[in-house]
Amino acid sequence: MTTILTLPLAQQASVLDVGNFALSAVFKIGVVLVMFMVISLVGGYLEHKAMGHMQARTGPMEAGPHGTLQLVADGIKFVQKEDVIPRNADKWVFAAAPGVALVPAMLGFYVLPLGPGVWAADLELGLFYALAIGSIGVLGILMGGWASANKFSLIGGLRAAAQLIAYELPLILAAAAVGIQAGSLSLVDIVDAQMTMQVFGTPITMWFIIPQLLGFVIFFIAAMAELSRPPFDMPIADSELVFGYMTEYTGIKFAMYLLTEYGGMVFMSGLMVVLYLGGWQILPGVDMPEGTWGALLGVGVTLGKIMLLIFVIVWARVAYPRLREDQLQKISWLILIPLSLLNIVIVALGKVLL
Amino acid sequence: MSPVTTPKSAPFGVGLLKGAAVTLKHLFRPAVTQQYPHERPDLAPRTRGVIALMDENCTVCMLCSRACPDWCIYIDSHKETVPPAKEGGRARTRNVLDRFAIDFALCMYCGICVDVCPFDALWWSPEFEYAEYDIDGLLHEMDRLREWMDTVPPPPPLDSGADAPAEVADAIAAKQKELDAARDAADAAASEAEAKTDEGGDSSKPAAKSAGSGKPNVADVHVEGAGEQLDQEVYDSLIAEGKSERMARAKAKAAWVRAQKQKQLDEDSDGGDA
Repeated sequence: MTTILTLPLAQQASVLDVGNFALSAVFKIGVVLVMFMVISLVGGYLEHKAMGHMQARTGPMEAGPHGTLQLVADGIKFVQKEDVIPRNADKWVFAAAPGVALVPAMLGFYVLPLGPGVWAADLELGLFYALAIGSIGVLGILMGGWASANKFSLIGGLRAAAQLIAYELPLILAAAAVGIQAGSLSLVDIVDAQMTMQVFGTPITMWFIIPQLLGFVIFFIAAMAELSRPPFDMPIADSELVFGYMTEYTGIKFAMYLLTEYGGMVFMSGLMVVLYLGGWQILPGVDMPEGTWGALLGVGVTLGKIMLLIFVIVWARVAYPRLREDQLQKISWLILIPLSLLNIVIVALGKVLL
Repeated sequence: MSPVTTPKSAPFGVGLLKGAAVTLKHLFRPAVTQQYPHERPDLAPRTRGVIALMDENCTVCMLCSRACPDWCIYIDSHKETVPPAKEGGRARTRNVLDRFAIDFALCMYCGICVDVCPFDALWWSPEFEYAEYDIDGLLHEMDRLREWMDTVPPPPPLDSGADAPAEVADAIAAKQKELDAARDAADAAASEAEAKTDEGGDSSKPAAKSAGSGKPNVADVHVEGAGEQLDQEVYDSLIAEGKSERMARAKAKAAWVRAQKQKQLDEDSDGGDA
């Protein structure tokens, strides 16, 4: 019993560990906050712009050059707004819900490796931690939906719960296949495993997207559904549910939900980069320079890949209509879960045979 | 009714790829957005922006006010008695416009008032930037409506080959008549003056000849060159200008007569000199 409860300790040292505990903590918190606040906003800006141009518009143009500060301006606007709490709402739950949704999305970045040596912590159960902490977010959504005292919010919250449970399974099963192939649940080890894969005893560099393309597609679709991104935005479905579980929220709390969505988008993309796209490697087989420059280049490569994936998520949002609730459930239970089980079987067989 | 035909189903995924291709294609095309406050929108020439009033044309017939579905046109007027134009005539009454206002908060831009106005007093202008913080500001009084008149675009050009509008043709004809009369008078004055100068000193009174005296001299050269052909020349040039055949012939005849007169005068004066 005690062994289970023991916290998984950090395996590989991070460059952020500078000896001084306080300073290291500041650095690590800084990395997590920058990833969650700044990179999320960059991703949000990318979404605004890409979506605009795909619809023959320009997107935001006024705040900052080419609208670069639009999301900052939005944030300032949200802060200024009146914080309305509905009379019949469960006030404490209503107020706590956005935080419950936001904090897990932020904590996910704790284990995400950004470059060689650049990570807050390399947990032995990193992948497990990332997926587990991501699942807590659904609690915030359910709380918000329930506490709003609004039928649209309630339906939205229930839809979100149903959807997140349905898509949690293919997500975890697809990730499990990666864990099997890498032989570790540490995200840093998974990146390393993609540099040193062994086929018949020959070490080769191969990103996991190549042997596990099926797994990648499943993970991608499930991640989009986990984030309630269109075309899987049934919980929000503005044409039927006003704004789903966010209907009654205004001001800073609404902004927190939105930030959760963008932060989740960055986090899920980062996870996909680590699991399938070789993390901080430029291309399979290209060696990274050593030292500081290598670390910086690695971070840049990771962020570039994250932006690429966010672009694809946005692209799917623009191109495809929203799925109906039954279609959405069907895709998960009847297609994605069997396929992800098949994926595990294939990967396990490959792992044993090769 | 024809039987319902189900579209031939494409293989799975083709539709998804097509949709993705369409959006990606648009990503690399220029956006159609017009950055409005920074760049002006390209409006159609007959855009219904604001209604302008040419108050000189208004006769207070009240047709616009009555036709307005929103009752948003307010007109006040009074009658004035105009004294008789001739001695012993009858005094007339005339409507004088005191107030003409359009409430653009009520106006629905149907344009019936503009269409119904028989005296071209109301016009559409493409100006649209007259939003107000106070709804009272949308009530445009006569002076403001008159200012919009400066922004009314000229009417579109007529189709090629179309007759000139009646009022324009009439105005041209009237002006031409006036000019002809003035020229005839000038000719007569010039010939008189020339006769006088011939009798007296040559260069003593150049001012008395004035502008009119130059023309007969120029005409002299033409008349002397070819008497009968000149008519044809005038006629051709007028036809080329697009004048009617009747008018051209009349003017050509007049020119010939003038030339003849001038010729005779010249001959007389030559004889006198000799």
